[in-house]
Amino acid sequence: MTADPVAVPRVRRSEFGHVLRNAVRTGRGRVGLGLTLLVLLVAFVGPFFTPYDPTAYITTPFAKPSAIAKLGGDVLGRDVLSRVLDGGWELIVLATTATLLGVALGALAGVYAGYRRGTPDTVVMRAVDVLLAFPQIVFVLLLVSVVGPSAWLLVVAVGLSHAPQVARVLRASTLDVSERDFVKAVEITGVSSGRVMSGEILPNLITPLMVELGLRMTYSIVIIAGLSFIGFGLAPPTPNWGTMINENRIGLTLNPWAAIAPAIMIALLTIGLNTFTDAVTRVALGVDRGEADPPAVASAQVPIAVGAAEETSP
Amino acid sequence: MTAASPTSPGTPTGDEASPKTTPHPIRELLLQRSLLGLLTLLLVSVIVFAATQVLPGNAAYAVLGQTATPESLAALEHRLGLDQPALVQYWHWLSGVLRGDLGTSLVGQQRPVGELVWPRVLNSAVLVLLAGVTGSVLGVALGLFSALRRDKPSDHALSVLSLGVTSLPEFAVAIALVFVLATNVLHLFPAVSPIPPGVPPWQEPSMLVLPVLTLVIVVVPYIFRMMRAASIEALESDYVEMARLKGLPKTAVLLRHALPNALPATIQAIGLTFLYLAGGIVLVEYVFAYPGIGAGLVFAVTDKDIPVIQFIVLLLAAFYVFVNIVTDVASLLASPRRRVPR
Repeated sequence: MTADPVAVPRVRRSEFGHVLRNAVRTGRGRVGLGLTLLVLLVAFVGPFFTPYDPTAYITTPFAKPSAIAKLGGDVLGRDVLSRVLDGGWELIVLATTATLLGVALGALAGVYAGYRRGTPDTVVMRAVDVLLAFPQIVFVLLLVSVVGPSAWLLVVAVGLSHAPQVARVLRASTLDVSERDFVKAVEITGVSSGRVMSGEILPNLITPLMVELGLRMTYSIVIIAGLSFIGFGLAPPTPNWGTMINENRIGLTLNPWAAIAPAIMIALLTIGLNTFTDAVTRVALGVDRGEADPPAVASAQVPIAVGAAEETSP
Repeated sequence: MTAASPTSPGTPTGDEASPKTTPHPIRELLLQRSLLGLLTLLLVSVIVFAATQVLPGNAAYAVLGQTATPESLAALEHRLGLDQPALVQYWHWLSGVLRGDLGTSLVGQQRPVGELVWPRVLNSAVLVLLAGVTGSVLGVALGLFSALRRDKPSDHALSVLSLGVTSLPEFAVAIALVFVLATNVLHLFPAVSPIPPGVPPWQEPSMLVLPVLTLVIVVVPYIFRMMRAASIEALESDYVEMARLKGLPKTAVLLRHALPNALPATIQAIGLTFLYLAGGIVLVEYVFAYPGIGAGLVFAVTDKDIPVIQFIVLLLAAFYVFVNIVTDVASLLASPRRRVPR
């Protein structure tokens, strides 16, 4: 049962599908997924249904909502509704790319350190400690400061800022998995360590990986929107939710929608992602199993707090 | 299944740091952590320096930008010492920082960096302290409360609320607060907090309310969730069960048996609050035009004022490392198992 190197990963993968399906069945999972999909729908289908060109001046600055402009005008008299519809997709694409990059880098480093132990472990974890001495947004600002804002730099900087935290979590999980019998059994057959890592360890880390992806995605959005908000993100005049909040907040009393609507979109997205990730975590740890909320296992809550512990530097 | 010491980013991994049977295990521990912290800071300074001064498109080009001519570029590079080898530049910079000579700002009247940054440090310190203390107390208290009333409606309500608020971006919270408390619904507090220069922030308490409140709202859910989990674990442990079975009164069980074992987690929660604040102040100070180092960093990055960027980033990293060391040592000291030398 233990020594079949092919069967083990397949079992694990379907187990993760099981986790996902059960997560969707919980209340939290449904709410989280629903909110996330709603925002994604607006962000990716919305651009095709903008009433106006999002960069066209169609009304007076901070005009109140009217029949012409359903959500009124922004700081330059552009249509707020069109800009909200068109202002999400770029943010989400960049955040997704940064997240994938960061989680991939972190996972590689973490699995390598955790499986190899010894010197590689020390080197990787020392580097992680140094990188974790920067608050995440400060690290990204530092990288953006000299080269100046650009989409690729944003992706690389945000991805890099995630990597150490992901590495920490996955190293710990790797230490755990690599002690299990089936890994030992495969090692005895003389398979190379690279194959053990990719074929045995990694497939068993899918759940922590997915949880990290969810968490990091939330932070990518918060950071990239935040950087746009302070003017280092995506360049105007193309609309994006972060920039819109900043440029329109001076008109909060005249047309609050111009700043509040994009803020609501970002908030819904982060709440949705976070709630869904939480549902996955709970199911994976056995706190939640579908509909009912059975008496929770006490220690099972702790790794959720571990997630929170990594969340110190958005 | 997850890290043994997951909470503080500066923790050396594993359990190698357990105090040995020496006369002063605590002092040794403190020394060890401090040395590691210093090493970390040294490496941080290398990264800060490399990112700002050595990367292509160096400081001189960044300052002059489009208007750069080869002559002006060369002149400024010479003035900033950029024509010297990187290692020499680094040494000049680091030894300057250690002597307290931080260089001069590259923009405006080119005032000394220290003169520009130190007043901002005071403002930020006030903000961090207020938000940190309020956030820790509130988060820890709510977490305990929720754990004690586990699975009752109030616990569920708090848990769902914290899940919703967790990971809301600071600027979204700030805008919502301004909308509700300053400009549109109520008009209780100023929408921006430009503390005038030379005035200590505590003389303008109404200006502190919204920035502090924003930070507290963002940080409390983390602390709450962590504390709730840690307290539940402590409450369900065997020794608490034992104390309960023994027939001890409920408050005695809580105060004498459960709480001391939740203390390390509490300390780490407080540490986390302050770690979060080191990054959280950046956006919050910017939103409220609060003259602290967070807003200072944003402006310095906008102006490509490299000496200021370097110093503020180094300060924030030093604060981070310091909080980590204090949290680590304090929570080790507070955990009953660690107190006994082996």
